[in-house]
Formats: sequence, C-alpha cells, structure tokens
Amino acid sequence: MVQLKRIYLDHAATTPVDPEVLEAMLPYYVESFGNPSSIHSFGRETRKALDQARATVAKEIGAAEPSEIIFTGSGSESDNMAIKGVALSYREKGDHIITSAIEHHAVFDTCKFLEKQGFKVTYLPVNGEGLVNPADLKQALTDKTILVTIMHANNEVGTIQPIAEIAKILKERKILFHTDAVQTTGSIPVDVHELGVDLLSLAAHKFYGPKGVGVLYARKGIRLTPVIHGGAQERNRRAGTENIAGIVGLAKALELANQKLPETSKSLTELRDYLIDNVLQKFEYVRLNGHRTRRLPGNANFSFEFIEGESLLLNLDLKGIAASSGSACTSGSLEPSHVLLGMGICHEIAHGSLRLTLGKSTTKEEIDYVLEVLPEIVNKLRAMSPLYNNPQRKECASCTLTK
Amino acid sequence: MYTDKVMDHFQNPRNVGEIENANGVGEVGNAVCGDIMKIYLQVEDNRIVDVKFKTFGCGAAIATSSMVTEMVKGKTLEEALEITNQAVAEALDGLPPQKMHCSNLAADALHKAIQDYRSKLAG
Repeated sequence: MVQLKRIYLDHAATTPVDPEVLEAMLPYYVESFGNPSSIHSFGRETRKALDQARATVAKEIGAAEPSEIIFTGSGSESDNMAIKGVALSYREKGDHIITSAIEHHAVFDTCKFLEKQGFKVTYLPVNGEGLVNPADLKQALTDKTILVTIMHANNEVGTIQPIAEIAKILKERKILFHTDAVQTTGSIPVDVHELGVDLLSLAAHKFYGPKGVGVLYARKGIRLTPVIHGGAQERNRRAGTENIAGIVGLAKALELANQKLPETSKSLTELRDYLIDNVLQKFEYVRLNGHRTRRLPGNANFSFEFIEGESLLLNLDLKGIAASSGSACTSGSLEPSHVLLGMGICHEIAHGSLRLTLGKSTTKEEIDYVLEVLPEIVNKLRAMSPLYNNPQRKECASCTLTK
Repeated sequence: MYTDKVMDHFQNPRNVGEIENANGVGEVGNAVCGDIMKIYLQVEDNRIVDVKFKTFGCGAAIATSSMVTEMVKGKTLEEALEITNQAVAEALDGLPPQKMHCSNLAADALHKAIQDYRSKLAG
C-alpha cells in the first residue's frame, strides 16, 4: 500500500513542539517538580526556573522589567485578563472600549460580554484587505474611552495592523492600548516598546512551544482586576499554581523563534508568495483574502467561488493535506467567518475560504504537491455545484475575483 | 465526526449531474449556512426512473444529496414522498446534530422536485 503523504499547513492553529523546547521542559515534570510557592528547596528550585523564564520573556519582547510579565493558561486567557482586567479597574474613569470588527473570538466575545455588563464597545470597520484605518479610530475616541484593543495581525487572513501608528494616537490621549499578538509572536518582530502598547497577549503553541501556556504583558503601573481568584501567584494578578514546565518551554521557544526569525521569515515569505502567485494564476474565480504584502510570512488565505470550504478541506485531508477554513460548516455556528464578513466579503464567497498556513518545516515540494492536487479537487466540487456556470448567479460587487 | 457511510458518499457521490429534460426540478437552500441543493427527476408512469443532483455545500450536504438519489431511484412518487430528512440521515448511519439542521435538506429538495413534476402535470 502506498503511504499517503501528510502535509501540515495549519500552523496558525498550532505548531509542533520544537525538540529543543521539549528537552528544556522535561526536567520540570519528574525531577524539579516543586511548587514554586513552597519555601523548601524543591519549591526554590522551580521558583528559580520561573524567575528565569520571566526574565527571558521580558527581554525577548522588550519589556522594561520581568514583573511586567504575567503567565497565563492561554492566549485567550491573556486577552480576557487584559480586557476585563482594565475594564473593571478603570470603570470609574470611563466605560468605553474600542476594538475592531475582525478580532479573534477571545477579544470579540470578551467585548460582547462586557457590553452585557454595561460597557459601550465600538467595533471599528476594516477595509477589504482587513486593515483598520487609524483615522477611524481617532474619530471613535471619546472622553470615556478607557481601552483600545486591536490585534497585531489577523489569525485568518494574516493582515498586519498599523499598531505603532495607533499607539501614537492613544499615547497623546493617555488611553490604554492592548494588542493580541498571539499570531505574530515568533513570526514577525514583537517588541512592546517599538509597538508602543501597554498590554500584549501571546501564546507558546503558536511558535513551537507547548499548548496551555500564555503571557500577558502589562506595563508597570497598570491596574488589572484578576479574572481568576485564589492564590497570590503572579503578584496577585492570576491565581493558580504556575505551569512550570510549560512556562520554561514558552521562554525557550520564544528565545529560539526570535533567534531564527530573520531567516524563517524570509524563507516563509518566499514560499507563501510562490503559493499565492501560483494559485491566483492557476484558478479562475479565486480571491486572495487579506493584504497582498502586509501579511504574516506564513499565511495564505483564498476564497474559491462556487465551493464550500468544508468540502474543500475534507478533500484536501483525503490527499493528506491539513488546512483550515472560515466556512460556516467548520465553525460550529451557521455563520461563516466574521473576519471575512467584516472585510466586506459576501456570504457566498466567505463560505469557500481556504487558509493554508506554512511553518518552518514546510518545503517547496509540499507546496508543489498542494498545487498539483488542488485543481482536481476544485474542478470536481465546481462540477457538482449548482452555482457554477449559472448565468443567473449573483455577482458580488465587493468581492473582486480573478476570472 | 462523519460516519464511514457519509465519507463514502462524500468521496464517491452517486448520481451527480443534471438531467437535460428533467420533468421535475427542486431546489432548496439554507440561507444562513449557504448550502444549496438541486434535484432533477425523470418520472415515467408515476415512477422515478432517473434522478441526479447538484449541490453546493459541506460534506454532509453532498453525502445526503447522494444518498437520497440512491434511496429514491425506482420508487413511485408516493413512496418517494415518504422519505424524510431523518430517514436520509439514518441511511448514512447518522449525522452530527448541527448538520441535521444546516446540511440535511436532501428530502426537502426531493419533495420540491416531485411538487414541480405534479404542478407541470396539472398544467
């Protein structure tokens, strides 16, 4: 029996743990297992590892001091902590929060939750490429605005936002600025000082670290009401015994990712562009979602008209290729991706999206294999579609597709 | 998530295509999740002698379309009208609950095609 190729092109969902990272983590499961809150030698040993990891993370993201690093259980938790923490601590100052229409659900749903608690939230629109316009933000600011939360880059379409430009506007008005950098850390430079943000979220499993561990950077002096109550860990900001092995792994993974960032970024950008150019050339009625160049090095997101995304994914999986889609049928809800809809892409085309995210192990041969099998799949599904070659089909004015 | 039968019908859908001079055509769609199914019937002497389909949709949508065409071929219109979406799902050894709602429209499309045939017959 011929062995089926297995190609992983879903690195935006998660990445494998780097063997070097795993090696750094292993002693903290069976040898150095003490609780870092204990005062005996076992506890002191892991406390040392925790402090070291905190210092490493602070250095790697340009934080002024280690105390600005809060370890959490995930990127989502970091987002929740930043937004709810600021909202609850600064409520007397104001009740207005600004975000964008294409945030990750960890931000989007947290904002929706706060709306139910009486906060006012402005969801800034984005253009067809997924970019927030800083002028729109300026206009949305009020005397009651206490927090702006805009993602560094979008998880679906990869568009990178003008964070530093937005930060300048907010600094003048002394409004706190949080960015969800879960997709960008380890892929593009992430330096809190250069970005000019007050709070930043990241998660280890997006840059070859373990799952279940994240970081919230919170500039010194920012008040944060805890989301999780209990012990005094993380300077009373996040209760719960620290995930030492995970934290050590996160710090190691971040160090490694940043060391190799220039070369991985260059090679991924080349591969990504090779994939994008070929898909746009090979197919008609296909659209690249997101900004052409201002996008994450490993992100390619397309919409294939007349095709539903889940069918595309299942067919790719049958050929050994793992990818993802913003289609309604894969999201658990009936609506397609709010990101694509927020970018003005119509329902029909949003349903047919395909996200291929490349990682450091991705090769040109793998991309060539995708390019080889994709036409057969697309043609098969289009031949089955009642919408294809239908003269009465509706044209979507906002979606420009190559024909 | 999908049963082997669903995957089989998804991978090898039966009766895909159009019938050029179909005497019954039914199209249904779920406006929210976007799935669209079109069923073409050739009815002779009150019996379905040929059936084909075209579907825009997910794995469940394609599999249920394929299965309903298999179930209905050779049946009288009365027998065909007895087929429900639930029966199609059962014939596929089940569907995930959310797919029952959004992607199992196959029997609805079939019933609509039968209605179309009957209304044409009635003139």
